[in-house]
Amino acid sequence: MTAPIIAAKGLRKRFGAVVAANDVNVDIMPGTISGLIGTNGAGKTTFINMITGYLQPDEGSILLEGGEIVGLTPRDVTRRGVARSFQIPQLFNSLTAVENLTLAEAALRSRGFAGFAMLPDSALEKSARATLERFGLERFGDSLAGTMPEGIRKLLDIAVAMVARPRVLFLDEPTSGVSSEEKFPIMDRVIAATRADNMSMLFVEHDMEIVRRYSDRVLAFFEGRVLIDDKPDVVMNDTQVRTLIIGEEKAHG
Amino acid sequence: MNRTFTFLPPLLGGAALIALIAWFLPSWNFVLAIGLAKGLPVLGLVLLMRGGLVSFGQGLYYALGGYTVGLASQYFGLKDAAALLVISAIGSALVAFVVGLLLSRYRDIFFAMLTLALSMLLYGILVKSTELGGTDGFNVHGITLFGIPLTGADRMNGLLLLIAVCVLGAINLGLFGATAFGRLLAGVRDNEIRVEYLGASADRAVLIAYVLAAVMAALGGAMSGIIVGHIDPEMAFWATSGEFVVIAILAGTGGVLAPFVAAVVLEVVRSFAYQYAPNTWQLVLGLIILALILFLPQGLSGLVRRGPRAVNAGEKS
Ligand SMILES: Nc1ncnc2c1ncn2[C@@H]1O[C@H](COP(=O)(O)OP(=O)(O)O)[C@@H](O)[C@H]1O
Ligand SMILES: [Mg+2]
Repeated sequence: MTAPIIAAKGLRKRFGAVVAANDVNVDIMPGTISGLIGTNGAGKTTFINMITGYLQPDEGSILLEGGEIVGLTPRDVTRRGVARSFQIPQLFNSLTAVENLTLAEAALRSRGFAGFAMLPDSALEKSARATLERFGLERFGDSLAGTMPEGIRKLLDIAVAMVARPRVLFLDEPTSGVSSEEKFPIMDRVIAATRADNMSMLFVEHDMEIVRRYSDRVLAFFEGRVLIDDKPDVVMNDTQVRTLIIGEEKAHG
Repeated sequence: MNRTFTFLPPLLGGAALIALIAWFLPSWNFVLAIGLAKGLPVLGLVLLMRGGLVSFGQGLYYALGGYTVGLASQYFGLKDAAALLVISAIGSALVAFVVGLLLSRYRDIFFAMLTLALSMLLYGILVKSTELGGTDGFNVHGITLFGIPLTGADRMNGLLLLIAVCVLGAINLGLFGATAFGRLLAGVRDNEIRVEYLGASADRAVLIAYVLAAVMAALGGAMSGIIVGHIDPEMAFWATSGEFVVIAILAGTGGVLAPFVAAVVLEVVRSFAYQYAPNTWQLVLGLIILALILFLPQGLSGLVRRGPRAVNAGEKS
């Protein structure tokens, strides 16, 4: 049996009266794609925030390939090979898409004294444009990130995160704010890119068709707990999931 | 080679132009020199502004450079400009590194106010210390470069040295802009969360920019001391730092030549104002700032942007 690349154990997080994580246990196996579902407020973003060092859990441990990462800053967690995209894209809004990717590459190469080495524009721009092509964003290369449609911003946010060449990638609602026809091509691009780099990936998603199609396994969160963690078909047919999550999503979708 | 070096031809052209003007119009030598000396701290300030930071205290390093020249020549008999410039640069870099370890954790108004406070601290010390000349400061005499005189009848030599320092400073910062740290600054200004989530340190980028800016300011102050032949606490006064900020805004963050153009233009305007309409300089300055904000929010460098940036949001056109 292979060891998990991420092993979260007994994570707890309270915000005042709200319990956003209530004994969360999740293992992520190398090279797998996990879908994470749950109604708004279930604790999905909080879970990603704890793993990537943005929030410190009140209790629990997170092992990355066996090493504890609780207490590390987002920067250190990223350097160890964990990257993420955001529910609200975090881009450099006054820069173009190409410049966003160029800056991401510069960030990757700014670790230690190597940051004083000059990076030639031509090479950076070439690799930025290649990345854009990989995500089908080539015609947005010279558009300002701050003025792009939301769906494009989401995809660029993912592309920027992947510049760091992570081993584990967390995507917080990669297809929200996008019409249903657009969701599949976006996920096709993202999945192809993660598979090509042999990453482990976890994505938060509300569209059950997307979850079923692209996940190797599905985690369902409810009120800060993992309700069930199993194969997509098993989770989708689970009675609790159907009433507490899928039913709710339909009612609000 | 590539875009990294596009700043070189206009920079060298500008340097040659200034030298020519001073050669044919020797009476303008002094005004040009003051302008260029102020351009150095502005060059550093513009670097910080690329990271979204405004320092209201670059006078701290301007004075540090000037006083290094003054004290080293007065008390240690060191009269060689090259040695004095190197000592000014190293000394201010060390001070800026220590101070920067604290400052680089702050942003926005907090950063601006802390830089202001520190420069006023130095101002206070200089004014109170009679050993350092008190409010009058003191004169700097007979600085030479490898034996070549730089002042008086030979002030053209001084200007040429200053031009060389400015060109080297501009090249240095131009190249820094192409390094990974230099490129990070725009990210620090736009979105620090993303910078940290790319595994980079925003504080580190700010610290490096702060040290570089300090060295530029110190070189400007040192050259000012050598050429003017006098240093005083005014160099560290908030009004001096404020003038650097005004020139930096006039210059914009677009390039390494604009700070010098802006500084020289402003100095020339100031000397005209003094000559033809005494006591109106503040008024003129006010009008310039007003016009700038209304008509040229990107500064001078906004004028020479190669073509408009595409903002079509990717729609097919
Ligand atoms: N920084 C915070 N401060 C206070 N409450 C928070 C914070 N972050 C999340 N919460 C609360 O924790 C719960 C889980 O939020 P979140 O993880 O964002 O849910 P999800 O992403 O599943 O929609 C919500 O009730 C939310 O209001
Ligand atoms: Mg969320």
